[in-house]
Parts: sequence; C-alpha cells; structure tokens
Amino acid sequence: MLGFGADLLWADMNRLLAFLFHQGVLDEQFLQLQQLQDEASPNFVSEVVNIYFHESEKLLNNLRGLLMERELSDYKKMGIHLNQFMGSSSSIGAKRVTNICVAFRAATDQSNRAGCLRALEMLEHEYCYLKNKLHELFQIEQQRALVAGVRYPVQNQ
Amino acid sequence: MDSNTIVSWPRMSENIEGFALSPNKSEEVHVLAVDDSLVDRKVIERLLKVLACKVTAVDSGLRALQLLGLLDEQKIPSETNGFAGLKVDLIITDYCMPGMTGYELLKKIKESSTFKETPVVIMSSENVLPRIDRCLEEGAEDFIVKPVKLSDVKRLKDYMTTKEAKVEGQVREGILKRKLLDTSDVSSSSPPSISSSSSTSVIDSPIRRLKMTSTD
Repeated sequence: MLGFGADLLWADMNRLLAFLFHQGVLDEQFLQLQQLQDEASPNFVSEVVNIYFHESEKLLNNLRGLLMERELSDYKKMGIHLNQFMGSSSSIGAKRVTNICVAFRAATDQSNRAGCLRALEMLEHEYCYLKNKLHELFQIEQQRALVAGVRYPVQNQ
Repeated sequence: MDSNTIVSWPRMSENIEGFALSPNKSEEVHVLAVDDSLVDRKVIERLLKVLACKVTAVDSGLRALQLLGLLDEQKIPSETNGFAGLKVDLIITDYCMPGMTGYELLKKIKESSTFKETPVVIMSSENVLPRIDRCLEEGAEDFIVKPVKLSDVKRLKDYMTTKEAKVEGQVREGILKRKLLDTSDVSSSSPPSISSSSSTSVIDSPIRRLKMTSTD
C-alpha cells in the first residue's frame, strides 16, 4: 500500500514538472540542476533554489524601494539589480521570471516609470507563482522519498 | 611491434588519454571559480565536483587575486607568503562583476609571471561577440554563455589536466615520436590519443571555431 503511494507521488511530481515546463515557467536548465542531484548531494536542487528565493526577495524589495522613491528613481541601480535577478533566474531555469526581468530592464533603460511599475507588478506576481509551485514540487518530492524509504529501504536509489 | 608496447611505461595508474582524473589527491584538478552570484557559485561548484575537480569558489576578482597572491601588497617576497605553492589548474570567472570585471581579472592573471600559463575561462549571460573577441584576444581559453551546463564544463576538461599530466603528456609524445622513428615498421594507424587529444581540443572548442569563421 505504501509502495503504491510512492508511485502516485512520483506521478504527481512528474505531472507538475511537465505542467511547469509546458507553461514555460521552467526550462531545461532546471532539468540540468536535477541531473546534478545524486546520493552525494541529495538536496542540491532545493538548496540552490532556497538560496535563489532568499536573494530574489532582497532584490525585489530593493527594486520596489527604488521605484517608490519620491525623488528621481535610480534607474541605473535598478538595472544592476535586474541583471543579478536575471542571471540567477536563468541559472535555475526560471524562464518566465527571466523574461520579465528582460522587459523590466528595457523599461529602466528608457527611464520609463509606468513601464517599470507594470513590470515590477508582473515580476512580483510571477515570482510568487514560481515560489509556490517549486514549494509544491519539493513537498511532493519529500513525501515520495519518505514513503519510498519506509516501504523499500533497500531499494532506495 | 604494435602500439600496445606503451603499456610498459611508468605512471600507468593515470588514464592514458592524459586527462588525469586519477584518485591521487595531489594530482586532483583544482579549479578557481569567481562569481559574485551565490546561486551561480553553487551551480558551478557542483558542476565541477561532478567531474571530480577540487573547487575553490570566491565572490570577487579581488578575492581571487588575493588567493593567487597577485595583489600589489603581496608581491613583496617574504617567508610568510605561503602562496608560492598554490596549485590552480584552471580559473573560471564571470564577466560582469561589481568592482573588478572578469576581463580585468583575466588581464591581471595574464600579466603575472606565476599564473599567466593557467587557462582562464570567461562566463557571461550575454552573448556579445565583441566581448568574446576581446577576452579571447587577451588570452582567455574559452568563453561560456550562461546558464552553465554540464556539457560546457565537460568541454573544459581538455584544459583541466594538471601541470604534471601536461608535462608527462609532452614527454610521452616525445618518447612516442622517437619510438616511431626508431622502429622501421611504423604502423599506419595514428598515434594514441595522447598527442591528438591535446591538439584537437583547441580546434574542437566551438568558440575557436566561431572566431575562425568570423574573421572570414
């Protein structure tokens, strides 16, 4: 019975991943990270992603702060933050977030305040979505590992 | 006499193709990775470890120079300066970094007497041809467009042989050439991969290929 549960969870995980790929939320770089995970480094993906979340939230706060400035907004500084955000997002395979960063950066290049505000909203929304989905993914993965370990302790890869 | 006579050479614990990923700790390839992004440092570290390399990851060009003993204040020779023995087989650096860029770091390394022979690879999220050209002209071995994948790092294996293995590779080449000249029945088959691998690795680099075609 427990083994059956593990299979269902495995199917759930793959279904979610397939969905995220299909929606363009994730790209093949995420798969690359999964390939780097093994017995020696069993939590590699969640470790990297958690670092990414931590950094991203700081960057988003900085961006919001810069844009809400009463005086002239520092578009150059925003551009620097966006470069960072873009880089780390692409490194973990967060395709939609990366693309919004590109559009956002174009708006900062033009000092387009309205465009920047729109882009920031989209970015925050997209980032939230990504974070929720990845948390969901990690939860399923944890459950599966737990269940698989209990039922088939020897078979655990 | 066939080419199997090579097996009588010493140091056969190493892979004959000279990539020298032997278990001997002193021959472990050591890569210095430089990137201001923590996420990217974690990824590049893992990629290199998967290929059995020892990795030191730092977050700035300044720290990299410090580690290599190339900061101006370190150039004064002293007994306490322990950097003389630091073994680095490859340096891989991000291009866009606050403070010192990867390009500036590359220049400093190539200007040094201690590390100018060490291969330096540049990584960048932007595929800008003039930038790539500039780096290659300054002596960069290769240029990787981010995000970095396992296939990119695998390609770097060609540059990641330790100095010892490189010297041995050249020695083997020399001995092999003499052997071929000595024996009257030179076999028509090409020499073992030792010599060909080091020459094809340069041509095989897609960046080199790109550079060659762009000058047409």
